[in-house]
Amino acid sequence: MEQSHSLLRIEDLVLHFKTTHGPVQAVDGVNFELGTNRAVVILGESGCGKTSLAKAILRLLPRNAGTYSGRIYLDGKDIMLLGDEEFRQNIRWASISMVPQAAMNALNPVMRVGEQVAEPAIVHLGVDRNGAISLVKKMFQRVGVSDDFISRYPFELSGGMRQRVTIAMALITSPSLIILDEPTSALDVLTQANIFNVLKRLKKELGISFILITHDIATSSELADDVAVMYAGQIVEVSDAYRFFERPLHPYSQKLMASVPRLHGTKEPEFITGQPPSLIDPPKGCRFASRCPFVFAKCADDPPDFEKDGRKVKCWLYA
Amino acid sequence: MVASMKAIRQEPDARKVLLSIDDLHVWFELRRFGFGHAGYVKAVDGVTFVLYAGETIAVVGESGCGKSSLMKTILALYKPTSGKVIFEGEDLSTLSRTAMHQYHSHVGYVQQDPYGALPPFMNVQRILEEPLIVGGVRNREERLERVRKAMAEVKLSPVEDFLLKYPHMLSGGQQQRVVIARAMIMEPRFLVADEPVSMLDASVRVEILKLLRGLQEKHNLSVIYITHDLSTVSYFSERIFVMYAAKLVEKASVRHVLDNPLHPYTMALLTGTSEPDARNAETFKAIPPGEPPSLVKPPSGCRFHPRCPKIIKGICEFKEPPDFEPEPGHLVACWLYQ
Repeated sequence: MEQSHSLLRIEDLVLHFKTTHGPVQAVDGVNFELGTNRAVVILGESGCGKTSLAKAILRLLPRNAGTYSGRIYLDGKDIMLLGDEEFRQNIRWASISMVPQAAMNALNPVMRVGEQVAEPAIVHLGVDRNGAISLVKKMFQRVGVSDDFISRYPFELSGGMRQRVTIAMALITSPSLIILDEPTSALDVLTQANIFNVLKRLKKELGISFILITHDIATSSELADDVAVMYAGQIVEVSDAYRFFERPLHPYSQKLMASVPRLHGTKEPEFITGQPPSLIDPPKGCRFASRCPFVFAKCADDPPDFEKDGRKVKCWLYA
Repeated sequence: MVASMKAIRQEPDARKVLLSIDDLHVWFELRRFGFGHAGYVKAVDGVTFVLYAGETIAVVGESGCGKSSLMKTILALYKPTSGKVIFEGEDLSTLSRTAMHQYHSHVGYVQQDPYGALPPFMNVQRILEEPLIVGGVRNREERLERVRKAMAEVKLSPVEDFLLKYPHMLSGGQQQRVVIARAMIMEPRFLVADEPVSMLDASVRVEILKLLRGLQEKHNLSVIYITHDLSTVSYFSERIFVMYAAKLVEKASVRHVLDNPLHPYTMALLTGTSEPDARNAETFKAIPPGEPPSLVKPPSGCRFHPRCPKIIKGICEFKEPPDFEPEPGHLVACWLYQ
């Protein structure tokens, strides 16, 4: 993180959803920073708010969105201040694009994939249809899909091919940042490894930054420069990947790491007892306290982010 | 538990054969416009193995390789095109209706997607009672007693809190426990677990795997564990069968396969499986190009040859490899070990 300047900086981002039972605090005071040509992994279990975080960054809000506040600096400019139309024209898909979860459902089943991939180029770059199709060809080459697929429909493609197509769609406007939401969770091992090879190459050749949202700790290490661990709507640890995978700091991160089965280790994986708290009425103080093996008196208060050798951890143990 | 497994491993041949699969083929006919023959999808094409009483095996392969078809044939949901499934010496195809009923109660099935596997309009008690009703347990008291026992076994406690709940009120892990309880309620001889944890979060995944292993040990169950995730098999299985394009290409003990994989496809699977290590981000993985072949017209010779980095030109494209045994108990269908 030292040399690269900050591309994206998020400060105190909040996104709550209105429900009949009260506001769901899906994203609750998130801070992190991402450098140019870096990849940050947002690690967390289902329901921790990681997809909501992606949607909050892209301002893709459902109708029941409640509180939505904080600052998102892209290249030093606070994009939260932009109007919706300006945001749509200049930010969403122009500077930041997204590869959604489950590529099958993300593609329009009655439209040829080439046309779908071309669409953002026509809308955002103002190129004509032919120009867009030639761009599509270039993107397909980048992600390793043959030109022949341009006039096919999504159902004719395998899962891995579809995922490559959605990556091509995210790439076509040459954004500086791509948000990947569980890009490989439905794919087979070899397809998964292939997709990560593609992403690594894109990062190297095009200098793109990535936010990778996933619950899969082992494969997340394939792309990560930095790791941010999310628990119950909050980021509890931010660290560089090297030290994180070596020795995570937050007790939740440690537990999560201990739950990963290894191919060659002899250590038994462990599970985390209990359940994550409800996001409607999360506990006061540290949200992990009820499941934490190191819990002590201080944990009744909400811990701030503590700095430790350039890593950030939201835990009283590091006060 | 480790000790008990070692004891078993010492003399595998002394154990009783529970299930044996003999040159099994399961083909599905393709029809053009609803009629007219258009070839076969050869989902299982010549699979042979035995499962001992009390043994756990893992079938590892990618989606579309035929592992679910293989399991459904073992569950007697599909009829084999040719070959045999023999349970305790009896060929399934020769069983009478009542004997088939009996067989079904000997097999438990744990599905992949717990939410999809549970009827949304039934509460937990009803879901668990169903197999007992079908199985002819008339006495309501006895049924309830067994439901409670099964729920306690999968640690859905306190039982009263869960009995009247509907699937959508449960977390993913709890739903999978209900599915396991349902599979266990007829006190089966063996379990077929089809990717039982692939839909669950990392921390819950381990919990469910440990639960399954606990049940296996307690009841000396045989388990067929189907998965695409090699990293979980070593905690759960004694032997691994690697499946590629409707065939088993490597059969060996877990240690053999993980420490000394022989088939190039197994090697690729192991390379493709990540361990959490920041150094992964710096290197590209050597993964065979392409995708698994169509099962309608699989490649000639060895089915992996178009993607294989170690292909022996002139042999692999033409001749189908038989099983070789380069080290005792380690079978591999690959010409490299001729």
